[in-house]
Amino acid sequence: MGLIKRISGPLVIAKEMLGSNMYDVVKVGKSRLIGEIIQLRGDNAVIQVYEDTTGLRPGEPVETTSLPLSVELGPGLLGMIYDGIQRPLETLEKKSGSFIGKGIEAFALDRKKKWHFTPEKNIKKGMQVHEGMILGFVQETPTFKHYILLPKGAKGKLSMIKSGSFTIEEKIAELDNNGKKSPITMMQRRSVRYASKIKRKFKSEEPLVTGQRVIDTLFPIAKGGTAAVPGPFGAGKTVIQHSLAKYSDSDVVVYIGCGERGNEMTEILSEFPELKDPKTARPLMERTILIANTSNMPVAAREASIYTGITIAEYIRDMGYNISIMADSTSRWAEAMREISARLEEMPGEEGYPAYLSKRLAEYYERSGSVESLGGKRGSITLIGAVSPPGGDISEPVSQGTLRVVKTFWSLDASLASSKHFPSINWLNSYSLYLDILEPWYIKNVGEEFVSDKKQAMQLLQRESELKDIVQLVGEDALPESERIVLIIGRMLREDYLRQNAYDEIDAYTTMKKQAGMLNAMLLFSKLASKAVSNGVKVEKIAAMKIRTDISRLKTVKEQDFGAALKKTTLGISAEFNALEKDELGSELKQEKQKVN
Amino acid sequence: MKFDIEYKTIENVAGPLVVVGKVRAASYNEIVRIRMQNGEYRLGQVLDTSEGKAIVQVFGSTSGINLDKTSVSFLGETFNIGVSDSMLGRIFDGQGHPRDGAAGIAGKEKRDINGFPINPVSRSYPSDFIETGISTIDGMNTLVRGQKLPIFSGSGLPHNQLAAQITRQAKVKNKSESFAVVFAGIGITYDDAEYFTNEFRRTGALSRTVAFINLADDPSIERILTPRLALTTAEYLAYEKGMHVLVILNDMTNYAEALRELSSAREEVPGRRGYPGYMYTDFASIYERAGVLRGKKGSITQLDILTMPSDDVTHPIPDLTGYITEGQIFLSRQLYNKGIYPPINPIGSLSRLMGNGVGSGKTREDHKGVSDQLFGAYARAQDAKNLSSIVGAEALSEIDKRYLNFGENFENKFIKQGFDENRSIERTLEIGWELLSALPESELSRIKEEYIKKYYTKKQA
Repeated sequence: MGLIKRISGPLVIAKEMLGSNMYDVVKVGKSRLIGEIIQLRGDNAVIQVYEDTTGLRPGEPVETTSLPLSVELGPGLLGMIYDGIQRPLETLEKKSGSFIGKGIEAFALDRKKKWHFTPEKNIKKGMQVHEGMILGFVQETPTFKHYILLPKGAKGKLSMIKSGSFTIEEKIAELDNNGKKSPITMMQRRSVRYASKIKRKFKSEEPLVTGQRVIDTLFPIAKGGTAAVPGPFGAGKTVIQHSLAKYSDSDVVVYIGCGERGNEMTEILSEFPELKDPKTARPLMERTILIANTSNMPVAAREASIYTGITIAEYIRDMGYNISIMADSTSRWAEAMREISARLEEMPGEEGYPAYLSKRLAEYYERSGSVESLGGKRGSITLIGAVSPPGGDISEPVSQGTLRVVKTFWSLDASLASSKHFPSINWLNSYSLYLDILEPWYIKNVGEEFVSDKKQAMQLLQRESELKDIVQLVGEDALPESERIVLIIGRMLREDYLRQNAYDEIDAYTTMKKQAGMLNAMLLFSKLASKAVSNGVKVEKIAAMKIRTDISRLKTVKEQDFGAALKKTTLGISAEFNALEKDELGSELKQEKQKVN
Repeated sequence: MKFDIEYKTIENVAGPLVVVGKVRAASYNEIVRIRMQNGEYRLGQVLDTSEGKAIVQVFGSTSGINLDKTSVSFLGETFNIGVSDSMLGRIFDGQGHPRDGAAGIAGKEKRDINGFPINPVSRSYPSDFIETGISTIDGMNTLVRGQKLPIFSGSGLPHNQLAAQITRQAKVKNKSESFAVVFAGIGITYDDAEYFTNEFRRTGALSRTVAFINLADDPSIERILTPRLALTTAEYLAYEKGMHVLVILNDMTNYAEALRELSSAREEVPGRRGYPGYMYTDFASIYERAGVLRGKKGSITQLDILTMPSDDVTHPIPDLTGYITEGQIFLSRQLYNKGIYPPINPIGSLSRLMGNGVGSGKTREDHKGVSDQLFGAYARAQDAKNLSSIVGAEALSEIDKRYLNFGENFENKFIKQGFDENRSIERTLEIGWELLSALPESELSRIKEEYIKKYYTKKQA
């Protein structure tokens, strides 16, 4: 037991703390605020406090729990909303009302609820077991099997295991390690600061299908991959993160609202229970775990929230699931680090951030990946981090530190956003380093044609952008007809393919099959248009073609009607071009006739 | 409570900070009362406390503080304000003392001005459309109840008029509920303060208004308190008295400068442009106090005015604000110079909560589509304008010429309106369709076909 010596913002220095460990969780003051030891100096401990320190006085007691900052893991995680240190916000509401009070303790998981535990068939009494092995499972939701893993350090002979209904604290099994017996429950704790042990990592060859055309087609991310979404405010970072949380084909989504708006969390909470998971048709909330440290909640807990989220994700990954983490926004995490660092009077690095910023970022993104767990299961964590660079300028340390480690970069563009082109991912400077490794998957699952269509679309977009620069100087009329057609196609791809309305029921999500069909129709149009131009058809006539409306409406055609609509459109494209060329031929003949006459 | 102990142990005074020695145990953020030798009192707050020492930030000036004679007592409580509904119709200064000459507030309930963070679970998602009667806001950047929407302005632009017009006209359709305005003048000039009080008086809003005014020549450190006093009062009126409160914070730039002043006095490591690294968190502790709570009748809607230094939107003040608030209303000097009031530039303006506040049953079915199309068309018109300034209007393609025309009409018919003109949302959408109908039907790719059929009026091209 120590005593408070000094208080400065979220930082408390306590004396007489000899014997406590680095990163131990402590209870600070009479109101028992939760804090973590982040420095030891002689018998003084520097503590970052996860709650508002107003009202603390020097001389108040500090008590260490001798445990590192850790999360509770077990059945009951899905659908929860936690604060940065895994206190369930619903419990906090019951205890302190609409505003979050101080010093409230709350269990992360329900202690009273009983879950039905079924041992795995291959698990027998008397066998040797070890950490990470799967003992059995609980059917947590109709579609989610929550596997019970042996906790860290567990080793020995399984001397007892039973099936039936238990609370997470009741004994379901017992280990015997050379006579030392230890009980096993369905709940375990993991320290948040360290990555969980795994057997090995894989290179993932499967994309995270997101239903977002610009992502799936041009800049895909692999399952187990990393992506950064930097952009100024109002560019649509949060809308993209929400779309991915809704539509990506992940088994579980951990959404970390780190230092962002309270209403955004409320939006998820009010929307997700109503929406259906595209894979299982169950309510989305059943596959979602929310970590919310909104911008007005204590800053030290913001630093912790990022780790709380990924540790929960690692636990579920070890069961053999594919998890996505949306961290919105990692800049707030970095700023929280900066604030604590400044209070510690550390020597500042670039822009006041601590010198270890890029190391922390890299360590964090390294916790993603496609892995084989200690229990022999394959699972993955896909990590998607939003970055909020000041003024939208990504030359700042957080963006740069992130870009050095992530493999996908979705560059958000303020000018696209202000003309309401969403998702405002700029197709000219975004990139995905997974394109090559994912190509076999696309060929096998979507088709070879789509792969070549993708490349062609990208070339057209790039060509369009070059031409637009020229148009800015000399006007469109100065371009040859064959290039003016590229402008029309480019505009079509941008407006009707890349642009996607997250608020339209149908347009919000596009299956891979539909994406391939839409793109193919547009490229067919492009091919025939070039041909028509070379046969003398005027660009104005092509621009005024009726079928273009049909092409642009493809995105809002329902999935079940899409096959028919696509067929009709494709036929329509060919037919209208045929008619155009016939007209052209006719008028040419007429002209020639006149000449002859 | 240690009212009785008076410390005469001031060791150091620098800027707004006072270091008091030999203190027993001051609590963090505790309020202190400083007694000057002439009997005057000043208030301060503990910023850093350790055994035997407390660093105190003084609200108001530190002039006249004397290391020998000035004494300090620690009040054992945090900064609070007594609230009651008799505050309506009253004007207070930046520390919460009456400024209108009348007596203090009686029968009060004391509240900590820092409040507590709202539990995200307890929020209800804002979705009640507020009709402000201004086309660019209602039509394209819809304000909803419980939103925090700042006005990004510049020196010399008519943000005060706009805020006054919104205050006068704002209403929720088909609802008659009790409504209040809490106005915080943060470092504003006497003229601006007069302008608002006269406006409130002229329109009869004064009896429903609580004003906290810190004038430009009042101590700048007080500005840290002013918005918090206003929001604490607003929370009381909203959540205890069931009122729908519109909070106007004017001007947040002055607040940020006070924050910087304080930070530099504390010798903290400066962040961008000298503003403290924690300014985001500090701003959030103000802006995030807007909202609607489940199971409570009232709500807090914030209209925060800030003037962007040299119209630079990447300056830390607008930048950090934009990351916290739910959109922004962007005033354009270019439009203003063209004689357009209100000079709201839709490009750059945004309301993040619009999606939930518009559509059938709330405004009208075609609202979102019309808005998106107007945004797209106006952006295209800007491109056409840029192009025409290079190649000349004659060289533009037919469609670009139409867009160019659209742009002109949009500015003069849609954006421009009178200071006393209160347009209904129906009228706003009607003007929108009039303008869009000048474009070929095939250009309207952002509006659903059925709405085009219903509202588009064919014109002779």
